[in-house]
Amino acid sequence: MSALPLLDEEPPLLVVEGLTVAYGARVGCRDVGFELWPGEVLGIVGESGSGKTSLLNALSAKIEPAAGRIRYRLRDGTMADLFDLSEAARRQLLRTDWGVVHQNPRDGLRLTVSAGANVGERLMAIGARHYGEIRGSALDWLGKVEIDRDRIDDRPSSFSGGMQQRLQIARNLVTNPRLVFMDEPTGGLDVSVQARLLDLIRGLVADLGLSAIIVTHDLAVARLLAHRLMVMRGGEVVESGLTDQVLDDPQHPYTQLLVSSILQV
Amino acid sequence: MTQTLAGYNFAYLDEQTKRMIRRAILKAVAIPGYQVPFGSREMPLPYGWGTGGIQVTASIIGRADVLKVIDQGADDTTNAISIRRFFARTAGVATTERTVEATIIQTRHRIPETPLRAGQIMVYQVPIPEPLRWLEPRETETRTMHALSEYGAMHVRFYEDIAHHGRITTTYDYPVIVNDRYLMRPSPIPKFDNQKLDMSPALQLFGAGREKRIYAVPPFTKVKSLDFHDHPFSVESWDAACSLCGSTTSYLDEVLTDDQGGRMFVCSDTDYCRSRTS
Amino acid sequence: MEPLLDIRGLAKSFTLHNQGGVTLPVLAAVDLSVRAGECVALHGRSGTGKSTLLRTLYGNYRVGSGELWVRHGAARIDLAQASPRQIIELRRSTIGYVSQFLRVIPRVAALDIVAEPMRARGLGAEAALERAAALLTRLNVPERLWHLAPATFSGGEQQRINIARGFAVEYPILLLDEPTASLDGDNRTSVIGLIDEVLARGTAIVGIFHDGEVRERVASRLYDMTEAKAA
Repeated sequence: MSALPLLDEEPPLLVVEGLTVAYGARVGCRDVGFELWPGEVLGIVGESGSGKTSLLNALSAKIEPAAGRIRYRLRDGTMADLFDLSEAARRQLLRTDWGVVHQNPRDGLRLTVSAGANVGERLMAIGARHYGEIRGSALDWLGKVEIDRDRIDDRPSSFSGGMQQRLQIARNLVTNPRLVFMDEPTGGLDVSVQARLLDLIRGLVADLGLSAIIVTHDLAVARLLAHRLMVMRGGEVVESGLTDQVLDDPQHPYTQLLVSSILQV
Repeated sequence: MTQTLAGYNFAYLDEQTKRMIRRAILKAVAIPGYQVPFGSREMPLPYGWGTGGIQVTASIIGRADVLKVIDQGADDTTNAISIRRFFARTAGVATTERTVEATIIQTRHRIPETPLRAGQIMVYQVPIPEPLRWLEPRETETRTMHALSEYGAMHVRFYEDIAHHGRITTTYDYPVIVNDRYLMRPSPIPKFDNQKLDMSPALQLFGAGREKRIYAVPPFTKVKSLDFHDHPFSVESWDAACSLCGSTTSYLDEVLTDDQGGRMFVCSDTDYCRSRTS
Repeated sequence: MEPLLDIRGLAKSFTLHNQGGVTLPVLAAVDLSVRAGECVALHGRSGTGKSTLLRTLYGNYRVGSGELWVRHGAARIDLAQASPRQIIELRRSTIGYVSQFLRVIPRVAALDIVAEPMRARGLGAEAALERAAALLTRLNVPERLWHLAPATFSGGEQQRINIARGFAVEYPILLLDEPTASLDGDNRTSVIGLIDEVLARGTAIVGIFHDGEVRERVASRLYDMTEAKAA
C-alpha cells in the first residue's frame, strides 16, 4: 500500500525555490519556496515587517532577489526562469499574463485619467488600437466589477475606496492574466465594503480560473480567499498548508499566537 | 560678408563644444527619433528662447550657409530677428527670409509650406523633448520604455480626448513614431505640419537646450502620427482661404482686424504668402 | 469489500505553545474501518474527541500519527501524507462534511451556497441551482430565504442550508457533526430521509448524533470513543 502521488499531473504555474530578498545587510525574506498551481489561491499572512511585501515584490519581478529562483510556466508551456527572461519579456509578462492589485489604489491606478482609460490602458499597452473596441471592453469590465457604467468617463479620484480597488481589479483582469498578485486588497476599507470586494474577488478567481497570491494580515480575508496559506515571520515562512488546517490546527507557536489573537465577534 | 563680432569664436560656441554637439547630432541621425543627451551650454539668451536650436545651428553652420529663422511661421518676430542677427554677427553668414534660398532653417512652431529639398536642414527649437513625460515622471523609467518600445500607454491620452470630446483634440506637438521605432515629440508644431515630417528630403534636427537633448529625423525617414484605427490621424482644415494670397492648402492664422468681431485668415508662413502675391 | 475509510492507529494531540507548551492528547489510537453503506456513530461523552476525529478525517486537523486511508475513485490516499492540493481534491469529490455551524460567506445567497459544491464538480449553473432548490424545498427552507445571504438566518435555518450543501454532491464518504442538533421533528425526519438515501446508495458515513432517536434510526454501529483513548 503506497501513498499516491499528485492526483493530476498538471504542472505547476509558478515554482519558487530558495528565494531570498536582501536590502543591503537587511533581509527582507529568506529561503522561501513553494509551488502554485493553475486556479489556486495562495495566501501569505503575517504581521507588518514579516517579509510578505518583500516576497511579493520579488515574485512580481519588482525587485531582483539576492538568491533563489522563480520559474513560471509561459503560455506555450515552457518553464521560464523569471530573471533569465529579458527585461522586455518580463515587463511584457507583467502587462499581460500577470496582474498586480496594490493596497493603495494610487500605486495601481492613474488617478488623473478616466476609469475607462484606466481599464483600457493595458489593452492599449499590448497593441489595441481600436477606440470602440477598447471602450467596449472597459464597459464590460466595469460591469463585471460592479461599477456603474455611467462612471466610465469619471476620474477614479472621485471614486470611493472600494470602487477604486474594484477598478484596479478590472484594469488588471482586462488582459486575461493567469496570475494575479494582490497586496492587502481590502486594507483600509470599511468592513461592509471589504465584504463586497472579497465576494467579487472570490467570484472572479473561481469563474476565470485565476491563480492568485494574496498578501494580507487579515486572517479572515485569508480564510475566505485562499486555498493554501503561508505564515511568515521575520522574513521566514514558519508554517504553510491548507488554509483551514493552518487556521484551525496551527502548529507553530507564532501561528497559534496569530490565530488566538483574532477578536471574536 | 559682414563684419563678425570680435572676441568670439565663429558662431559663438567654442570648437570643442561644437564638436561635442556634432557627435550628438551624428548619433541622433544614426538612431532616428532617439534622444541623445548633450552638454548644453549657457547661451546669451534665456532658456525657452531657442537655446537648443541655436546650439545645433551653431554647430552645423558653415561660412557658405544661408540661414533662415522663423517663429510661428514668421521671419519678422523679435525672436526670429534676434537669432538671425546673432548668427549674422557671430558667424557672418548670409541670412534670408526665403525658404528656397535657405540651407539651414531654424524654427519654432512651424515647418515652411514651401516643400523642403534635399540638402536643406531644419533645426527645431524644442521645449520638452520627452513624449512620455506626462505618463511617467521618472527619467530612468521613460528611458526603459523607449528601449523596449513600450508606447502603448501613449494612446491613453487620445482615448481620453475621444471619450470627453469625441475626437483627438491634441493639435500641436502631436506625437509620432519615427522609422517604426522611437516615439518622438515633433516640438510644438501644429499637427498640420506632421505630414511634412514624413519622408522629408531635408535633414531635421531637434535641439532642447534646457533638457539637454538632441534628436533627429534623417532625410526620407518614415514619420507616423499616433492614432486609433477608428479615429485616424487627420489635420486641420479651414473653410476660408488666405485673405492675402488666396491659398487653400496652407496653415492659416486667425487675425482679429477690429474690436467689432472682424477677423480674417492669413497664411502663418509669411514667406510662402508673400511669394504667392508678389 | 474494501473499506472506503480505513483508519489505523490514528493519534492526535494539541500542543499549546503559548500556554506553557502544554500538550493535550485527544486521540491516542483510533482503528476504524467504514465500508460503503455503513453509518458509524461516534459514541462518547463530550470531550472524548468526537469532533476532533471528524475534523481530522476531513483534513481540517492535521493527523498526528497513524494512517488514514481514503478510497478516492480507484486510488487510495493516506490523508496523513496528503498534500493540501490532494486534500482539496478529496473534499471536492470524495469527502463531504456537514459541520455544526455554517461558515457564512458575506453576500452569497443561500441557494448559491448549496449549489457551490456541485458547480465545483463541474455541474452547469442551471442544473446545480435546480438541485439546490429541490434540497432546500425538501428541508423546508422557505423560498423567500433562498436568495438572501444566511448571515441573519436562525440557527435551524443555517443548519439546514449546511445540510443541503453537504448532501448536494454524492460524496462516497460523508462526515456529519450533529446534523439534527437545532432541528425540530419534521426537519429531523427530512434529514433522516436524506441519510437513508445516501446509505442505500453506498455512501459511508461517520457521524456524531447526540440525538439518541436519530442515532438509533441511522447508525449501523457505534464507535466507542473510549477505545480511541486506549493507550
